Amino acid sequence: MEGDIVQMGAYIGAGLACMGMGGAAVGVGNVAGNFLAGALRNPSAAGGQTATLFIGIAFAEALGIFSFLVALLLMFAV
Amino acid sequence: MATDAHGAAEPGLVFHPMDQFMVKPLFGDGAVGIFTLTNVTLWMALTVAAIFALLVMGTAGRATIPSRTQSIAELAYDFVRKMVEDVAGKDGLKFFPYIMTLFLFILFANMLGLLPMAFTTTSHIAVTAVLAMMVFLTVTIVGFVRHGAGFLSLFWVSSAPLPLRPVLALIEVISYFVRPVSHSIRLAGNMMAGHAVVKVFAAFAPMIVISTGIGLLVTPLSILAIATIYALELLVAFIQAYVFTILTCVYLKDALHPHH
Repeated sequence: MEGDIVQMGAYIGAGLACMGMGGAAVGVGNVAGNFLAGALRNPSAAGGQTATLFIGIAFAEALGIFSFLVALLLMFAV
Repeated sequence: MATDAHGAAEPGLVFHPMDQFMVKPLFGDGAVGIFTLTNVTLWMALTVAAIFALLVMGTAGRATIPSRTQSIAELAYDFVRKMVEDVAGKDGLKFFPYIMTLFLFILFANMLGLLPMAFTTTSHIAVTAVLAMMVFLTVTIVGFVRHGAGFLSLFWVSSAPLPLRPVLALIEVISYFVRPVSHSIRLAGNMMAGHAVVKVFAAFAPMIVISTGIGLLVTPLSILAIATIYALELLVAFIQAYVFTILTCVYLKDALHPHH
């Protein structure tokens, strides 16, 4: 019985941890949207900044990955 | 994982979306040891063979006017070389062969994994963690060999106000050691999630076999969804290879020029 409650908590926690991915989604959208806004103002300078765009997206995404990691740990390691 | 969870009596294609990530021996059903040939071995070998076919056999003609295969090989070479030069600088070009290898291996593993019935080797954290740890160790060793103890100035942000620097140093150290974690799980997570979504819709697709009424609505919708997500996955497969490589270049730049 006790083990069941622990497992239920782990599953609920894994689900809750996935809400962090929404934050990563907001962050990635923010980066891409601001890049587009800047690129439309000065299209000639946009081409050289695609690498910066992807680095920014990768860093914003990294924090969503940690919530995914927490979910994975709760599902398979706890 | 779930082969015993569902009986054989159910109609249609019944499978678990995570079944595709199971490591199985190629011959027989024995236990998987260190030297067992598994589907991971097979698809990694196919990845290497595909890269060999493109780069070695494709450019064997050395034509002045390149053939189609040769142009693709040259395009990939120029693309990665320009990326290394732009991000890591001229002295980063010494590491160009390593970064080119990383990019092509990840790109081809992602792309081959999209073939039906294929196994995506990069969807396993074990595989991507090895790649990321190699990058982490390379970058750390290069940093200390090049700059000695001066490499530690990477963590000491000299442009920040003095009272803030110890706090920033702590954050910088944590973020440095978290790099291989996020580096590897980003790739594995993206690959795993995309393929699982395709398989979830694939499980809905044979609904028409079970019930014609719901099936007429669900089956075309899920086949459409598979096609759309597949197109998205092609994009993701390329972007994740690109992101992995460009982050390697960024880390390399930190090791070569650690001063803020």
